[in-house]
Parts: sequence; structure tokens; C-alpha cells
Amino acid sequence: MTGATPRRDWLLHLAVIALLFGVQFVLPAYHYSNVSKIMVMASFAIGYNILIGYTGLLSLGHAMFFAAGLYGAGLTVHHLGFDPLSGFLAGLLAALCLSVAIGLVALRTAGVSFMIVTLMFAQAGYLLTLYFGEFTRGDEGFVLKENLLRVVVGDTGFNLIDPAARYNLALLLFTVCLLGSLVLVRSAVGRVLIAVRENEQRTAMLGYNAFLYKLLALVISGTMSGAAGATYALLFTYVGATFAAIQYSILPLLWVLLGGAGTTLGPLLGTLLMFYLVDVSSGQTSSYMLLVGAALIILVLWAPKGILGTLREKRIPWLP
Amino acid sequence: MTLLVTSELSRRFGGLNAVDQVSLVLDRGEIRAIIGPNGAGKTTLVSMICGRIAPSSGGIAFEDQDITGMRPWHRVRHGIVYTFQITSIFGNLSCFDNVALAAQRSDTWATGRWWPRGHGHLAETVLAVLNRVGLSGRAAARASTLSYGHQRLLEVAIGLALKPKLLILDEPTQGLAEDEIVSFCALTRDIAREATVLLIEHNMPVVMEIADRVTVMENGRILAEGSPAEIRADAQVQKAYFGT
Amino acid sequence: MSFGPHLLLALLEGTVTAFVLALTALGLSLVFGVMRIVNVAHGEFFMLGAVLAWAFSSLVPGMPALGFLLALVGSALVVGTVAIAADRLILRRLNYAPEATIVATIGLLYIIQQVVLTVYGPNAHPVVPPINFRVVFPWFGYSGYKLVVIGASAALLGATWYTLTRTRLGLIMRATQFDRETAQSFGIPVDRVYSAVFALGAMLAAVAGVLIVPIQQAHYLMGLDPLLLSFIVVILGGLGNLRGTVMAAFVIGLSDGVISVFFSATLAKIIATLFVALVLVVRREGLFGEKAR
Repeated sequence: MTGATPRRDWLLHLAVIALLFGVQFVLPAYHYSNVSKIMVMASFAIGYNILIGYTGLLSLGHAMFFAAGLYGAGLTVHHLGFDPLSGFLAGLLAALCLSVAIGLVALRTAGVSFMIVTLMFAQAGYLLTLYFGEFTRGDEGFVLKENLLRVVVGDTGFNLIDPAARYNLALLLFTVCLLGSLVLVRSAVGRVLIAVRENEQRTAMLGYNAFLYKLLALVISGTMSGAAGATYALLFTYVGATFAAIQYSILPLLWVLLGGAGTTLGPLLGTLLMFYLVDVSSGQTSSYMLLVGAALIILVLWAPKGILGTLREKRIPWLP
Repeated sequence: MTLLVTSELSRRFGGLNAVDQVSLVLDRGEIRAIIGPNGAGKTTLVSMICGRIAPSSGGIAFEDQDITGMRPWHRVRHGIVYTFQITSIFGNLSCFDNVALAAQRSDTWATGRWWPRGHGHLAETVLAVLNRVGLSGRAAARASTLSYGHQRLLEVAIGLALKPKLLILDEPTQGLAEDEIVSFCALTRDIAREATVLLIEHNMPVVMEIADRVTVMENGRILAEGSPAEIRADAQVQKAYFGT
Repeated sequence: MSFGPHLLLALLEGTVTAFVLALTALGLSLVFGVMRIVNVAHGEFFMLGAVLAWAFSSLVPGMPALGFLLALVGSALVVGTVAIAADRLILRRLNYAPEATIVATIGLLYIIQQVVLTVYGPNAHPVVPPINFRVVFPWFGYSGYKLVVIGASAALLGATWYTLTRTRLGLIMRATQFDRETAQSFGIPVDRVYSAVFALGAMLAAVAGVLIVPIQQAHYLMGLDPLLLSFIVVILGGLGNLRGTVMAAFVIGLSDGVISVFFSATLAKIIATLFVALVLVVRREGLFGEKAR
């Protein structure tokens, strides 16, 4: 980790992105749509990982940031007639504001209290989406109309729900999040975040205001999760309170733990594996969340570092 | 040239006066040793100087500025750097990253920018500091894999990379081997050419060899102060500390 | 109905909620107090108790009173066994590390919930109350069974209180809570105490579930609300502080009843949730009694 050859990291990450770009030409339609969804959810997980993996803060309420993006985009497009790009920016802004506010309050606690406080705030957020059911239609949710999702570029145009547009926009989001997280953790700021994770008190004695760095990490993490939420609303058209519920705070935790907390590619790997594990098992049983529960327990008991974390420890020490 | 003044600095823990009205004056460029039996209040005193513990009463001035209420990370910026008694390096990070954390911080202060200068510049600084403490070959090693003596040196390297005006070393030679102590003394003298060193130390030969002045503490108070030779001759100190 | 009777109804409903909540939250608080862990699966023990109550009472159709007693004992025993197994197989191996334990109990939450879904299906199951009479007020009639719930809960709270403060078992628990290492060196089998406490906490939730089920049908998703309400109560009361827990249960139960009747149930929950999050923030680590890592 002397940073002498950062080129290797970049090659690996660009190869992953190139691979995702390439497979779209060979994937059958069913998996095509799945991988689009996985890339959006992996972006959510990447955002989550910045907090849990690189700063050492375990949030149990990230659904609220995803939902802030989801509703920020969905409500403005649905009710106010925003165009998709403005809707996306509205979602991003909603998540940004929410994460600043939550960070200022919740980061005054630490450890278990932080986990419970984030859980509580997220639950309040979920209940708010139900309370304002007049606009959000609560658990049932609403679907964005196709004609609202048309993007005009010059003379031509395309629709966001067109499979190819959807796939490549999801890939764009994923690319920005993945490379963004790589730049962050390789930067001077990333080094401080890791130091906060390892030993907060000592970091303060190096002249760093640990609170500000934790806030920064939470805001980046929350905003990235919100970007994923906004993208989800615009590409997959469904906006519902399920995404604000506790389950969507637990899923990114599972994805990140499975792939490896504190590894840049872990979130993608974890999301991909879990998605197909659930997909395969849902043929057998309706209770796929059973798998989620079992996976969580297996991970904390036998593989707390996740797949890539274990791999880094045993085989590939340069893995970012 | 006065660097640091504490005026009647006190800290009470419950009913115990851990530090009791200590007025200490440090001159620029000196090596000052604080000695005293366990529980004399040495670590509490330096913890208040670097801001880890708030004083119950009294004040601290650094370079003629009152810093009594200043947060610890601001004090570091002003040049007060503390190296821990219990080695507390970042064990999971490489030696390079350990020092880089400190170096990038002092770099942003020096330039007044938000972001440290490019990677090459940082690497140069870090390697120079590691070289200075004799760890240049270990830059890529995980800090937790170093020997105890090397971990202590890394701790000092982190302190140096912060470009301190006042470097506080809390029992730096504890647990070191004889030859490591010798080179540590040389390093400390080298550091003292640019910074003031405040040293808590139990090893009397080390104190006698490198300290310019010695402060003796007992029960939270200053018992005596003077050159190493004066302290050695002081009957009161003999009785309290050397037990003879 | 005018304001006065309306308020009376709200307070009655609130009292029932408060007693059931006190039982549930007491279990959570006890587990945190002695073992220093947050059990996120606590609500699922409540749900399991309720669903098992339906299963047991349908073994003896037509005899609701017998079914109810069978459910009370049977559910508690089954849930206690599940809890002991969870403690031995999972929590103990994690050495009760706070964050790993939370993640593991989240896993446990989904496992219990989904197993119940698989075995009993997604439908809500009604249970006939063991007694069937109505208390008639001038303005409205009120289910007599709800008064039984109040009575039974009060008795169980009293029994728990007695066990913890007056018996040798309670003394051992308090010693373990106070200082695990010292307790161990005095020959207290800390491992077994932990299992027992975890089981007792789970059984309190299960019994609360059994009591509630004739009022509010058994359903595999019913565990989340009591979990969150218990969090609220336990945090307000001061974690591990049993007297505080019971008092907070009354504050939350009654205000929940009143706000629900006059405004909306969702609003009541939003207010309570935000309030509790802020309490935690203002008192920093105080409520959990731990220092920043």
C-alpha cells in the first residue's frame, strides 16, 4: 500500500466496467434486465460500503437515503412534470440534504447507539411515506408513466425504459459510483476515513477533526445511495414505500458483508451473488428472505470479512 | 524564548488532585524531562497540554496565545504533538500510510489548501521521515508486523511528520533494548535541533544524558526543577524519588 | 360519542397496549441489561408466541379456555427453547460482540419470520378469546378479555419483578450484569446465566404475543411493530433499567392510544420514533452506557 503502482487498481476496475459493457451484447433478455437492476443496486451498496467499510460506521437506516432519491425523483416527475434529468437532480438533492441533516444529528452517537438511531430515523422516514399516502400511495406505490420518461437529445430521443438505454444508464451510474469510490479511498481523504475506522481517538491526535470526516463520509454515502434510488425510480418506473422499509436498509448491509466490506468491488460481487441466489431459490420457495437471514448469520459467524476481504487477506494484498 | 507556559494548572478526578496547580515554563529548543513516581500526574499534565484532557482550573499558553480551551486537533495544527505511551499506531495500515496520514495533514496546513500536494511530493516527505528514524526499508510493511522497538520509532515518525514545535514523548524508551535506547537518544537530540522536546521518562540514565532541564513531580505537584546535575544533587528529590 | 367517553376508550385501549408493551420491552431490556446486547429478533419471539398460540389452541377446538392455557405454557416453552438454541449456536460463538450480535440477530429475525411464513402461510389467524363477556359502559361495550390481558400482564410483571429482586436467580443475574468476570470467578456459570436470560427475555415477548392474539390476529409480519415500540420504550426508560422500562411503556402505550384515537396511528408512531432518536442523540452514549469506540 505504498501507492507506488496505482495503475493495477485502475486496470482491474476498468476491466470490470468493460466486461459489464461487453456482456450486454450477449445476455438474454431476462438477464439483461436483471443485470441493469443489479448495477443500480450495486451502486447503492457502494455508497453503503463507504460508510461501513471505509469509515467503520454501521448504519441500519440506509433505506431512507435510497428512498429520498427514489421519491425525490419519482414525486417530482410524477406530480410536478419534471423532465427525467431534473427529476434525477431533485432526488440527488433530497438525499444530499437528508444525509447532511441526519449526519449532524446521528453522528453525535457512536457504536450501537448509532445503529439504533439510524434505524429509528429510517423507520420514521418509512412511516412518513405512509402518512403522506395521498402523494406517495403508500405501500402500493405508483408507476411513472412512459411518456414522462422520454429524453430528447437534439433531433432524436430515446426512452429511459428502453432496455438498451436502461442498461447503459445503469452502467453509467455504476461506473461513476465505482470509480468515485476508488478515487476516494485512494485519496488523502480516504486515508483519513480509514484511520477513523481503525482508531478515531488517534486520528484526532494527528490533527484531524474526526466528526467532520465522518460527516463527509455519511454525506457521500447517503448521496450515492440517493443517486441509486433516483436512478431506480427513473429506469424501473416503480416508486413505493417498500424501498423505504427496514428490509432495504438490511439488504445493502448483506450485499456489502458478502462481497467484502472495505473492498471497492465487494458491493458489486455481493449484490450479484445475492440477486441470483434469491432468483434461483425463488423457484423453490416464496420465502426468499430466509436466505437473507441465513446468509447474514453465516457471514458473521464464519466469514466476517466477506469474499473479497478474505481473498485480500490470503492472496491478493493489493486489492483496493 | 518561552514556548509554553502552564499557570496553576489543575485536574481533579473525583476527590483526587491528579495535577495540582502546576506552573511549568518551557523554553524553545530545550529537551525537558519530567520524572516522578507512578501516579505523580505526569501523563495527566501532558494530556492537558495536548488537549486530550480538559483542566479543572488554570491555563495553558503556547507561543503567547491562550490555548486552554482549544480542541486537540487545533493544537496539533499549532505544533503541539503527542506520541502515545501505549503504542497506538494504525496496525492494519502500512508504515507509509501511517506517516502519510500525518504528513498530508501538515502539508495542507503549510500550503493553506484543502488538498495535499501531489502523491510524489507526499511520498518524498514520508520516505524522508521514515529514513530519519531508520525505518526507510519498512515503508510497505503492515505496522502491526513491526517489532515493538520499531513500532515506537514509527510512532515518533508520525509525530515528526506533523512538523511539531513541541513534541511530547510519553515514556519513549520503555520496552526498548539497550542498543535501541542509544540510537533513540541520538534521534531525540537530532529532533531537538528543530523542536522543543518534552519527555516523560523513567530511565534515569537516559534523562541524565539527553535532558537540558529536569522537572520532578510528586503527588500532582512540582517538587523540583533544574539541570540534571542539580536534580541529582537535590536531597529532597533523592528522598522522594530515588528512595535513598 | 362525545369527548369524555372517547377519551375513556382511548385510555382503556392505551392501558392494554401499555401492559403488553411493558412485558415485551421488559424482555428486551433484561437481555440488554445483563448481556449488553441488542436483540433485533425480539419482535419475532413475540410473533412466534402469537402464531404458536393459534397453533396450540387449534389443537383443542371448542375449548378456548383450555386452548389458551395450553398456548400460554406451550408457546413460552417452545420460544424459550428456540432462544437457548440461538444463544448457544450463534451469540455465544460471537462472544456477544455488539455489532456482530446485531447483524446476527437481524439474520435470526428473517429466519424465524420466514420459517413461520413457510409453515403457517401468509394468512392472519384469528384465535377465540378464552372468556367471552362484555363490560357494558353507558356509552359503549368493552371486551372483557382485554381486562384479562391487563390482569395477566400485571401478574407476570409482578412475578418477573419478584424473581429479579427477591430470588437467588435474580441475584445471580444482577451479579453477572454488574461484572461478568468477577461473577465467573465466584463460580457463577455465566454461560448458563446468559442462556437463561436470553430465554427469559424471549419468553416474556412470547407470552405478550399469546395475550395479544385474541385481540389482534396472528400473522408472520406482526413482529416489527412490537420490536420498534420496545426499542422506543427501552431507550426512553434507560437501557437495562427495568423500572424505567415499565414506566416508559405506560407513557408510550397511553399516548399511543390517545394519539391513535384522536389523530392517526401512523402519526403517533412517527412522533415517538423521532422523539426517541433525539433522546439517544442528546444523551449521547449515556443511554447505552458505552464509550465511543
